[in-house]
Amino acid sequence: MKAVVTVVGHDAKGIIAKVSSKCAERGGNIVEISQSVLKEYFAMIMVIEVNDITVPFATLVEELAELGRENGLDIRAMHEDIFNSMHRI
Amino acid sequence: MINTKDILETINMIKDENLDVRTITMGISLYDCAGDDINVVCDRIYDKITTSAENLVSVGCDIEKEYGIPIINKRVSVTPISMVGGRYTPDDYVKIAKTLDRAAHTLGINFIGGYGALVQKGFTNNARNLIMSIPEALSVTERVCSSVNVASSKAGINMDAVALMGKIIKETAYLTRDNQSIGCAKLVVFANVPEDNPFMAGAFHGVGEAEKVVSVGVSGPGVVSSAIKRAGQCDFTELAEIIKKTAFKITRMGQLVANEASRRLDVPFGIVDLSLAPTPAVGDSVAHILENMGIERCGGHGTTAALALLNDAVKKGGVMASSRVGGLSGAFIPVSEDAGMIDAVECGALSLEKLEAMTAVCSVGLDMIAIPGDTSEAVICGIIADEISIGVANTKTTAVRVIPAYGKGVGDSVEFGGLLGYAPIMKLSNYTCEDFIARGGHIPAPIHSLKN
Repeated sequence: MKAVVTVVGHDAKGIIAKVSSKCAERGGNIVEISQSVLKEYFAMIMVIEVNDITVPFATLVEELAELGRENGLDIRAMHEDIFNSMHRI
Repeated sequence: MINTKDILETINMIKDENLDVRTITMGISLYDCAGDDINVVCDRIYDKITTSAENLVSVGCDIEKEYGIPIINKRVSVTPISMVGGRYTPDDYVKIAKTLDRAAHTLGINFIGGYGALVQKGFTNNARNLIMSIPEALSVTERVCSSVNVASSKAGINMDAVALMGKIIKETAYLTRDNQSIGCAKLVVFANVPEDNPFMAGAFHGVGEAEKVVSVGVSGPGVVSSAIKRAGQCDFTELAEIIKKTAFKITRMGQLVANEASRRLDVPFGIVDLSLAPTPAVGDSVAHILENMGIERCGGHGTTAALALLNDAVKKGGVMASSRVGGLSGAFIPVSEDAGMIDAVECGALSLEKLEAMTAVCSVGLDMIAIPGDTSEAVICGIIADEISIGVANTKTTAVRVIPAYGKGVGDSVEFGGLLGYAPIMKLSNYTCEDFIARGGHIPAPIHSLKN
């Protein structure tokens, strides 16, 4: 299963490093990444393969959300099917 | 890769526009719980519900976390209790109501629906006894919801049942007077009731349904409202297109959640209900959608047309997004559960008469409307008869959920909290219809040709 991780918030140093090291720590494999900075806002979208993660997916979701709260960012990890079903016929 | 714009659109819908799945409702048949000893029947009902829906809440929470989509309610609907075989007195039925309430507490669900009867053509002894038990049942339980179908387009209107329900509603208001007559917020009188509706308080597991099913009710007034706002001053054709596309996306999400819940619970998928269900939260209002279309205040002239367009476009967009659609499917206009409706009533823009007209073109009917506590039974019956007639004549579902708030009058309000919200007491006509209701009997089914 693949998950889509979105990071939205004010731009700050080291955001990508923090999020990707959390994913790596839990055994997630980053397969795609894109980011954009619009004025002071930062938006990053990462697709990660979560078949081999060492914790339940729900735990990873919560850990990433917590990482977001600590850094003033909104970080969400969601099953990719939600986007596929809503935006593709 | 999925388009960045699409991903951010979904995130925005959830984060800022209150997109959610309103309910996952498991329908459970209780036919096989029949028996002569009421205590045995109660045990069977308790066991069947608590084992069938054992994992409902945990599965709902898991899906919520994995997919990142809030699932607000997990609920259970059961076979109309008056149809569970046996010979029961009103007191026996109250025992069953307590059993349902206990099961709801055990499962951790906030409502359980199906404490009801279908009497559009006449009363069985059981149906009458169950209806007589409703006031007590709703006053001694917390989570049980009740509904009674009094009419259909094929059977006409059972006016004896309408008369009885006026009395039952008043009694329920009195027995729950210490809690702002909240019992009436859990009691719905229907015409043409859908048998697969997952939304409370009118949910039950219909007579032709399978042993168990899982149905989903989607929501998303905030998403539709924002989409209309973004579109600016476009024409009606484009407006309808925007609503359809938005409804499609919302419903696809609902269908995904329904499929996933069905798979994980190992219970067949029932239907997706395409309703726009508001909540009292800011940005989750159907009234605000109508206002974003260009009506100054919900209830002003043009409101019915705007609502008709909205309702139709939601269905057209939603139907293609789901493999099976059912339930109430349409826009809900409950007063107490919609911040925009509450404001419109308070500023005098929205009257009961206008609400009645609006129900001719959208889902449900006069919903969650607080009326003065001293309203007579006959007037309540008149409100029911009017609303039910709209449903019967137009071959659609209509319903009445009014709260004659004990001890309160126009200018006061009732506050239920949570999803049930807050309602200002609405003004009614000063004229009575006592002699009309006292006639009793049956209003014949309407002719379905010569449609004018």
